[in-house]
Amino acid sequence: MSGRPDVPGMRDIRSGGGPLAAHLGPYFGDFGGRFVPEALIAALDEIDTEYHKALTDPAFGKELARLHRTYTGRPSPLTEVPRFARHVGEGVRVFLKREDLNHTGSHKINNVLGQALLVKRMGKTRLIAETGAGQHGVATATAAALMDLECVIYMGEEDTRRQALNVARMELLGATVVPVTIGTRTLKDAINEALRDWVANVETTHYLLGTVTGPHPFPEMVRDFHRVIGEEARAQLLDEIGRLPDAVAACVGGGSNAMGIFNAFLDDPDVRLFGFEAGGEGIESGRHSARFRGGAPGVLHGAKSYLLQDEDGQTLPSHSVSAGLDYPSVGPEHAWLHDIGRADYRPVTDVEAMDAFRLLCRTEGIIPAIESAHALAGAIQVGREASAWREDGQEPVLLVNLSGRGDKDVATAAAWFGLIEDEPVVLADEGEQL
Amino acid sequence: MTGSVVVRSQVGERLDKLRADEGRAALIGYLPVGFPTVAGSVEAVDTMVDAGVDIVELGVPYTDPVMDGPVIQRAADIALAGGARVRDTISAVEKVSGRGAPVLVMTYWNLVLRYGVDAFARDLAAAGGAGLITPDLIPDEGADWIAASDAHGLDRVFLVAPSSTPERLASTAAASRGFVYAASTMGVTGERATVGSRAEELVAHTRAAGAERVCVGLGVSRPEQATQVAGYADGVIVGSALVRTLLDAESASAGLDSLARLTADLAAGVASAARVAP
Repeated sequence: MSGRPDVPGMRDIRSGGGPLAAHLGPYFGDFGGRFVPEALIAALDEIDTEYHKALTDPAFGKELARLHRTYTGRPSPLTEVPRFARHVGEGVRVFLKREDLNHTGSHKINNVLGQALLVKRMGKTRLIAETGAGQHGVATATAAALMDLECVIYMGEEDTRRQALNVARMELLGATVVPVTIGTRTLKDAINEALRDWVANVETTHYLLGTVTGPHPFPEMVRDFHRVIGEEARAQLLDEIGRLPDAVAACVGGGSNAMGIFNAFLDDPDVRLFGFEAGGEGIESGRHSARFRGGAPGVLHGAKSYLLQDEDGQTLPSHSVSAGLDYPSVGPEHAWLHDIGRADYRPVTDVEAMDAFRLLCRTEGIIPAIESAHALAGAIQVGREASAWREDGQEPVLLVNLSGRGDKDVATAAAWFGLIEDEPVVLADEGEQL
Repeated sequence: MTGSVVVRSQVGERLDKLRADEGRAALIGYLPVGFPTVAGSVEAVDTMVDAGVDIVELGVPYTDPVMDGPVIQRAADIALAGGARVRDTISAVEKVSGRGAPVLVMTYWNLVLRYGVDAFARDLAAAGGAGLITPDLIPDEGADWIAASDAHGLDRVFLVAPSSTPERLASTAAASRGFVYAASTMGVTGERATVGSRAEELVAHTRAAGAERVCVGLGVSRPEQATQVAGYADGVIVGSALVRTLLDAESASAGLDSLARLTADLAAGVASAARVAP
């Protein structure tokens, strides 16, 4: 595997030492790897090779940057939220990285455009992806339309019913949505079915995985496509306040938005990194998606990481009010950052997240995705510790990744807060993650 | 890969003996533990062995079987819903391994990881099992399993696919013991009208890459396909078609009858390709 020609001076940490931010797959400590059928190895090698080739090709970086500028709407703004910050802690300054303002409504587009450009280079003609509530499916269908690729989205039958509007959205964009009618009929099974499709059609098809999980090189590559979040935020913050934040907060489902914003700060030991998992109805209830609290190392969907599993190693169902955090495993790089103590992962319950959701709406006029509301609730949690962060008397600064907007969650939120009489749309055992 | 370790291969010896004595390939039959029940699966395996299967492949039901098509998924779902545990596989191996056919266990990797790789190998060997087939473990990730299978004298069957490069065919052949499992086609388990033409080519390439024995699976369901595959491979692996006899049956006994009939037909198919040992 090659080094990282796009980042001068970075070394491959696997050979010992080197910046955390430059760490390459396939392994992140004990985690990661390629636990997949042999039939997929050639395709994974091809992606790895083409990806590293693309990194050394200025035309690739230029085209991706052009798309981000003219299509995604990058750079996304950095917004200080003083009225919200009052609820975080006395004197704490809070800045939001506004990935919610990207085209398609979340950070997902960063990765999707990067992989789709790669697919064009590889000469493949068909994209497949999994989706739960539909956000990654919509982003993938968007890129497929833009780049003239055939697109098939696997979605659990349960989810297609609950998210009929997103199914229509994907179909409007020209994608075929295949309801998955086996297993638990939700996201986990949609991934299984996408993997089965990929094994059978790998010669023409690229599996556009939506987060920093899966077999190598996905965790490394998807992280890299999202690094732009942290790089922009770091520069914007330096511009705005002349120094780095004291802490960075992000929600963690598979973990792509968190890796994207963490990466730029991994080698700044004074910057605390907080990842917030879905605590669901509470860890003790058993209905949660808190892999670091309720899980143990194991293998699912091609990577070794923390995993919600039973005594036998069978995958356990996860739960969250937020479909995007509702997944039984987590990206292997997060597992590594957890074990080496570089990042701190904590659970946020459904109730805490929904309270923070409403708080941001009312104090700042921003409706966040329920996923991102977990990061906001987490900010409120760690804000209690903020007074201890600095010894020089300066105000503590907290950077929160607002990974997505809440349009998709309006029905869920309206039901949660009793604004309408309908049942919540996404209140289910399983939902979207990737 | 195994260095100086010399381990007898239960499955390899069986394949060699069939070739030497009867001039034919082996019929390898797959059934999942716990389907329809744990006791029912043991009975089904006994039926299959009595009807002519040479080597047994016992599947461990798993929540996320990405290499399996709908038939085996359904059977695994039924087994899990019925409360099948991983330890039931060890006890099933113990019950069926005395019947005269070596027993390989087919398992997704997380179940072994959770049990403990060495502990699983130890318990499988103690139960009389022959080894493991690992559909989502490539040798590159299998250092623990390679060590444990050497320590406990077990076969390790890794897979190759039509997409495998010559380098990977060679490294997989070197890491395997017993045989190499050649996936006949790019895809998951399930019955298919024809066995991919790439299967014969893949067997030849895998042998050329150093494999002593190569067996073919995925999509083999009918006696004439078994004959065809037995003409060039060391073993013919049938799964979904056997499982379906039990899934489709009106009653347990009708299922076993139908399983016995299909097994006997497949065995006859394999035998009809018999040739003088080289």
